[in-house]
Amino acid sequence: MTLRERIGFTTLAAATGALVLLVFALLTYIVSGGASVLSWEFLSQSPRAGMTEGGIFPALLGTFLLTILTAVSSVPVGIAAAIYLVEYAREGTFIRLVRLSIRNLSGVPSVVYGLFGVGLFVHALDLGISILASGLTLGLLTLPTTITASEEALKAVPRSYRDGALALGATRWEAIQTNVLPAAAPGILTGVILGLSRAAGETAPILFTGVAFSLPKLPTGLGDQFMALPYHLYILSTQHHDIVRVRPIAFATATVLIGLVAVLNLTATYLRARARSRMHA
Amino acid sequence: MKIESRGLDFFYGTAQALHGVTLGVKTREIFALIGPSGCGKSTFLRCINRMNDTLDGTSVRGMLTLDDADIYAPNVDVVKLRRRVGMVFQKPNPFPKSIFDNVAYGLRLGMKLPRTELEGRVERALRGAALWDEAKDRLSASAMMLSGGQQQRLCIARAIAVEPEVLLMDEPTSALDPIATARLEELMQSLRAAYTIVIVTHNLQQAARVSDTTAFFLHGRVVEVAPTDTLFTRPRVKETEEYITGRFG
Ligand SMILES: Nc1ncnc2c1ncn2[C@@H]1O[C@H](COP(=O)(O)OP(=O)(O)O)[C@@H](O)[C@H]1O
Ligand SMILES: [Mg+2]
Repeated sequence: MTLRERIGFTTLAAATGALVLLVFALLTYIVSGGASVLSWEFLSQSPRAGMTEGGIFPALLGTFLLTILTAVSSVPVGIAAAIYLVEYAREGTFIRLVRLSIRNLSGVPSVVYGLFGVGLFVHALDLGISILASGLTLGLLTLPTTITASEEALKAVPRSYRDGALALGATRWEAIQTNVLPAAAPGILTGVILGLSRAAGETAPILFTGVAFSLPKLPTGLGDQFMALPYHLYILSTQHHDIVRVRPIAFATATVLIGLVAVLNLTATYLRARARSRMHA
Repeated sequence: MKIESRGLDFFYGTAQALHGVTLGVKTREIFALIGPSGCGKSTFLRCINRMNDTLDGTSVRGMLTLDDADIYAPNVDVVKLRRRVGMVFQKPNPFPKSIFDNVAYGLRLGMKLPRTELEGRVERALRGAALWDEAKDRLSASAMMLSGGQQQRLCIARAIAVEPEVLLMDEPTSALDPIATARLEELMQSLRAAYTIVIVTHNLQQAARVSDTTAFFLHGRVVEVAPTDTLFTRPRVKETEEYITGRFG
């Protein structure tokens, strides 16, 4: 190894090490800050005494339900759009424009989605400030990710799987259904989960469309408002009247939110790794 | 004639890949297409089961018939055509499924066979492709675990499972070692009893060994068609002779 190479590698290793250390320090800071209140009760109880006691169950449940609504509203449409773009659409100016728009949509700040959601779902479609409006807004937010990830997964399926099926007398749709989608499924699922995990941590899109500061009851229908982890965290850490006292609760909430996102991302990584090893088996 | 081509032209966009191809394939013969790379062998083969339809911007002119019926007539159901005309690709392309599911793939399309009948037909296809003895104990194992030669025989089993009349093979042994190649050639001999086979091959010895009739292609044209032993021993055209004696190509 030349001296220059050695300097280069050392710099890169140091930068990586510093980053890992930073993340680790951050995690330790957050988890240790919340350790005193983290418990099963913290997950299963409602906040009490003006959020200074009790747990985060309504927010946890809200985020869970919201994520399901997000998935239901974006995954089928997203996959269908990707199938159309990859398998059926003929390359042309129009399709290129569509694709370009989708790429650009994934770069739009989430607060813009929030405002759009207010205009479209809350007012124009008259869904009111509700978990449904929030779920649809987050669905829109994840749609570009879902489409792009599904497109990549479909494109990665070897042409020979399609041709092989067609040559046996499969229709185009049969080839997609029985041969292409199964091979693309892990990749699609990975993209979907990553998109959902991003959506689960969003605050701005739900802020104007459905999330509530605090609710006496759990949501029972699509028209109800809800509590959610990211917004709850925001309240606890910046809007509460006794911020110092609720700080451990805020840290514990952050820990749960990070844990949730981490579990989703690890699942996605696992699926991807498994799919890769199966492809090469 | 099982397959007859008269004045067939083929275009990729504006680039003409076939120029007036005229030849006839008899029922239950092995018909070899030889010629240098890029001369249009695969293109012609893929006209017969209309696989070229899957590419944008291609067009055909002239006449191509299967049992005297125009393959490119507007009322032809491509799906039905492809069930009569099976295809084996250059690179073995097992699907990432079990051995059983690979062979059953075509049988499951558009129909629901009782399990026992399905199993019977899968076994018959695997026997027909000389793969049964090696595969019978691991039908549910992934087809990706098979060797290259086994994978290619699996693709043949998959193709014959739907009981086609014609088998198209595009350089089926080019990705295989000599032993697997010999096994596949042996298999072709046993398949000729039931199928009309059109095979593209780069390997002249292979064409000479396995085929009844050979067509020599050059620059998208058929230069010469003749019974294989005639073409290889007494070619009529100078280009054919130059090609088979290795002076070009
Ligand atoms: N998908 C395609 N698009 C455009 N041109 C093609 C395509 N496939 C083949 N060709 C062209 O058509 C000609 C014949 O190709 P091919 O039939 O594959 O030859 P062979 O199988 O004899 O090697 C070549 O010039 C090749 O470049
Ligand atoms: Mg070829």
